[in-house]
Amino acid sequence: MLLKFPKITVWRVIFAAIMLSGLYATYLRIFYGLGGSTNLSDRFPWGIWIAFDVMCGVGLAAGGFTLVAIVHIFRIERYKPVLRPAILTAFLGYTLVVVGLLYDLGHPERLWHPLVMWNPHSVMFEVAWCVTLYTTVLFLEFLPVVFEKFGLRKPLEWIHRISVPLMILGVLLSTLHQSSLGSLFLIMPEKLYPLWYSPILPLLFYVSSIGVGLAMTIFESWHSSRAFGRALELPLLASMARVLAVIMSVYLWIRFLDLSHRHVFGLLARNRMETWLFALEIALLVVPTVLLYQARIRMNPGALYACAVMVIFGFIANRLNVGTTGLEAGSGTHYVPRWSEVAITLSIVAAGFAIFRAVAQYFPIFEAHSAERTPAEVEETEASPIPIG
Amino acid sequence: MSKAILYDSTLCIGCKACEGACAERWGLPYDDKIAAEERISAHKLTTIETHGERFSRRLCMNCLQPACASVCPVGALEKTALGPVIYDAEKCMGCRYCMQACPFQVPTYEWSARSPRMRKCNMCYERQSQGRLTACAEACPVGATKNGDRDALLAEARQRIAEKPGQYYGKIYGVAEVGGTSVFYLSAVPFEQIGLRTNVPQEPLPETTWRVLELVPDVVSTGSILLGGIWWITNRRAEVAQKEGRR
Repeated sequence: MLLKFPKITVWRVIFAAIMLSGLYATYLRIFYGLGGSTNLSDRFPWGIWIAFDVMCGVGLAAGGFTLVAIVHIFRIERYKPVLRPAILTAFLGYTLVVVGLLYDLGHPERLWHPLVMWNPHSVMFEVAWCVTLYTTVLFLEFLPVVFEKFGLRKPLEWIHRISVPLMILGVLLSTLHQSSLGSLFLIMPEKLYPLWYSPILPLLFYVSSIGVGLAMTIFESWHSSRAFGRALELPLLASMARVLAVIMSVYLWIRFLDLSHRHVFGLLARNRMETWLFALEIALLVVPTVLLYQARIRMNPGALYACAVMVIFGFIANRLNVGTTGLEAGSGTHYVPRWSEVAITLSIVAAGFAIFRAVAQYFPIFEAHSAERTPAEVEETEASPIPIG
Repeated sequence: MSKAILYDSTLCIGCKACEGACAERWGLPYDDKIAAEERISAHKLTTIETHGERFSRRLCMNCLQPACASVCPVGALEKTALGPVIYDAEKCMGCRYCMQACPFQVPTYEWSARSPRMRKCNMCYERQSQGRLTACAEACPVGATKNGDRDALLAEARQRIAEKPGQYYGKIYGVAEVGGTSVFYLSAVPFEQIGLRTNVPQEPLPETTWRVLELVPDVVSTGSILLGGIWWITNRRAEVAQKEGRR
């Protein structure tokens, strides 16, 4: 095969720029420490590397356990075509969460410490164990794809034999740590702004992760159909969108009950940054939920995609509010991430898109993709590291 | 017997002898510039704050049920029977959850160090375990910072209020706050006026987490039976359907 210089496209230039800035930020992180690469301080010890890279990363990867449960435990088998991309997203997502953690930890070389030095009273300890085990489970759930690609029958049979307990374990581990990411903040009742602090944070985190997992599945199906010139599984995605609307309704209802029981609606009258960010978050979740109840919207690929993106952004807004902005007032300080924090976060996201694309191209992820792919269409949307609006 | 510190803001003259003694005990630099900083940091583990004509001291509260020790995923923090909350830098992986969880914002971090540590006052654990006083209490020329048994200090604080009710705000900070701390404050004015946080919960913070964390075994056992059961039913249904030739 001839090695050609890759064609220069807008997305490739943006991708290269992000990766280069990320590389420089990595240099700053390694040689100048957290102080030289972040705007963190004694009063604000967690920034976007935790709130986005970890909290959003784990949440956005929730499609993996949601679809495994739907397809293999509830046996709703028509969802099978989107199962593998969801597992791949989850596996990549968790791997990238670990990469994000390596940047954020003061001692990344001690990442393994919680596995050996136990403190069962710590939520972080539980999260560490669950994430480690679940990443292993995801690896095993992804392995059949590799075995299929190389025609390895024996290991394929072997892994099918353990697949049921493996999948149940995966769903349980996800349930535990998706909710535990919310439990992390239970210990800060006086720090986290009352619009977000709630004793049921774990439940809210869990339900919203199921919703965003489905939204991510719609999102990546849409992108891969464009990137690989596949036909979009529209009826399937539309029915998934209906489930998404129901789950988001349940979430918003619990959220409403929680806010009313804690008597905090009065806070919405205050003209504060928190009020506006809360309103933005809720709007980003309510609008797509209402829209997705209409068949007209669900069956329109563009509108369906827009709704999925809104849910994803609403979810991200929620996690950033809980993890950063909601803590500012209680910590008595302001936090705006430094450019290098943003650069590394963007690099991780861009790497996620690029690796997903590469894996989807070489492994049987989308079951019918190779047959329908035409070279011209692939060229057209090559390497898009950022969602095409 | 558990040890504690009693800080009486009405006696403090703001001489900062405690700051100097603390710096010396930790081997940290101390000069006029550092003395002027009124915020605890990785190079200044205690500080005297000026609030108008009153003084206040900041140091680790060494809580009875410390949030920091409960959240640490590697158990690098520990509440000792002696009273101090101690830290093992060799275990610490630098997640900084202790800093996020502390209601008093006490733990600080060596942000620019290549091998960073969390830093906080540990109530002179080594000195106290040898039966000596904390460096700050030993240095205090007016007895504003006193070190001793927690029960005895609490009794003494109550007695001081009882003897001179006009001179004191009638409460002791550290008795009810987060379920009790190993540092007590006496003040002439309400505590928020000398920079103390009065919005901290009255219950031990680890409880807030434990209420949920203790449900983990329930979730695992119920969840695995539920999921296994659902799988068994759906699988059986598929098997029967296959046998009856419906597929």
